Amino acid sequence: MTLNLFDAKGCALDQQRFTWKELVQQPISKLDDDAFTRVRIILMNGLELEALRFQHACARMNKDLQRPLAKVRRIEQHQATMINWLISADHSTLETTIGYEQVAIEVTAAVAQNEPDAYLAQVYRFGLLEDFDHLYRYSALLDRLEGKDANNILQCYTDILPGRPTVDEHREPADDLRDHYDRSKAAPITKLHALTIMAGEQQTHNFYMNVGPLYADPVARQLYAEIASIEEQHVTQYESIIDPNETWLEKWLLHEAAEVYNYYGCLEQETNPRIKAIWERFLDYELGHLHLVRELFKKHERRDPAEVLPETLPDPIPFRSQREFVRRVLKQEVDLRTDGTQFVDKAQESPESLEYRRHINSEGSPSQAVAAGYQWSPGTELNRKIA
Amino acid sequence: MEKQTSLGMNRTGIDMSPIDSKNMIEEAEKTLPSSTGDETAIYSVQNSYISAAAPVGSVPIPGTLKGMATSAMEKLSGDRPEVLIDSLGARLAFERTGTRLYDYLISKCETIGVEGGVSLDTLKRFREEEARHFKTVAKALTSLGADPTAQTPCADTSAVASSGLLQVLSDPRTSVSQCLEATLIAELTDNAGWQLLIQLANGMGLDEMVADFRAALAEEDIHLQHMRQWHEQAILNQTRVKAA
Repeated sequence: MTLNLFDAKGCALDQQRFTWKELVQQPISKLDDDAFTRVRIILMNGLELEALRFQHACARMNKDLQRPLAKVRRIEQHQATMINWLISADHSTLETTIGYEQVAIEVTAAVAQNEPDAYLAQVYRFGLLEDFDHLYRYSALLDRLEGKDANNILQCYTDILPGRPTVDEHREPADDLRDHYDRSKAAPITKLHALTIMAGEQQTHNFYMNVGPLYADPVARQLYAEIASIEEQHVTQYESIIDPNETWLEKWLLHEAAEVYNYYGCLEQETNPRIKAIWERFLDYELGHLHLVRELFKKHERRDPAEVLPETLPDPIPFRSQREFVRRVLKQEVDLRTDGTQFVDKAQESPESLEYRRHINSEGSPSQAVAAGYQWSPGTELNRKIA
Repeated sequence: MEKQTSLGMNRTGIDMSPIDSKNMIEEAEKTLPSSTGDETAIYSVQNSYISAAAPVGSVPIPGTLKGMATSAMEKLSGDRPEVLIDSLGARLAFERTGTRLYDYLISKCETIGVEGGVSLDTLKRFREEEARHFKTVAKALTSLGADPTAQTPCADTSAVASSGLLQVLSDPRTSVSQCLEATLIAELTDNAGWQLLIQLANGMGLDEMVADFRAALAEEDIHLQHMRQWHEQAILNQTRVKAA
């Protein structure tokens, strides 16, 4: 099926209503549902939270848009709720964290392979290896703190191996900034990719900032503090690749298009029929939002939305294991570092980042401590160590 | 909806992905950890925090020490009454939360039916007894001039310890037998808690409390005995195995 973004009007806004019972549905099964169903849930929650955050910022800067923003935002709020509440309560916070990192790895790896801009593909591969390492550190924590196997969550789709060591990911802020795409030349898929990955990283950052203090264990508190700091760096990286010259309405249009694009991808690939129905419903809702914003764009900017949006959607982000690609990138690029917006070998890393890192790690590294000597094995490391 | 144990599409184990798991294990085995050592590295970080950590909080100063002497408190001079107050605070909180645990269990049994020979009337009686035990402990604290509305440190940590029990009981997806197991855990701890309280009160010469607590323990013994039996039966009934 090809979705035409200009023909589809979607569900009218006044029909987009919810009850509390609808918002709080039966969650997925941690044990029986496919890991990619959870991946899609976490990803779409991220997109909805980014929609909320963007729309609030936009409202603060645009008096004329406050009314339509408020209307759409209320719906996004409830979409986010319905989606996020699908995570069942038997997920420990750490198990949900493993899910978040699986999203970061599998979705970013898919995006990196489909991104037509070579520099931006490199940006994604760079971030990918860092999130890949986070999964390894959190898996060690899950094993050693809760006595659980992270693969119960990952379901063999994603490797648990060291990536670019988290201890080496701490950089001077200027070394997290990247060059942005040019809004007048970039392919539509480039813009959708950037918004999708930025949204995912932003929710991950917020999640770690909220749940870090829930732990009693000081090493767990330290590890969340450390990785939350990297996620903040990642948000800095990914928001800097988006052209800041886009107008507010242009950005709003792209946000709605990114939501349509991703709900469409979820709908096409979902294996749980109950969740698939939610993706279908929300695709229709987002088409309604997009239709509204297209009209606002024409009215306020006197421009044709076709200047910004493609007529039809690009191919969806594939939700499947990207194991071989990730291993290849790991082998070839684990030693990449940055100097300003450029990627360099670790021998050429900026002295400012080296100094920043020297200090922040000077009283010990939580990510090194938690994974000291850690090798994942099925059933936890105790399964390997105890004869 | 039927919530008995059933076979299904559980995807968590490696046997669900024989090819991928083999690939994953091989790669993990040939990849060296990024830092040397073992899980004790976590404890060395933790130890530095343990040494420096302040306690979770304090026992509130009872009215007696603020000038409002009670006859019970006067007996405790030199006996570190704060230890008793903390233990009483823990029991009070546990009984109060225990009442809520029973509310959830009753609601679940009423909705999906009982298992393991559970009697709803007995469950409701246990619920009332838990609530009365809460008031028994509140009365004991008041007799010492202590504030029964305060949360003491042991009340706090025992609530953290049992927070998972509430998660199991309040989850609509859990079965009666899973809820019985959670309640059994609560009753085992509760029983030990009452025994300790009796020892403490007895050693401090608080005879009225000892009598009240013994009466509560007698009821708690029955709760524990039933929970153990119901839980066993609820599991065994799903098989052909007969109770020993």
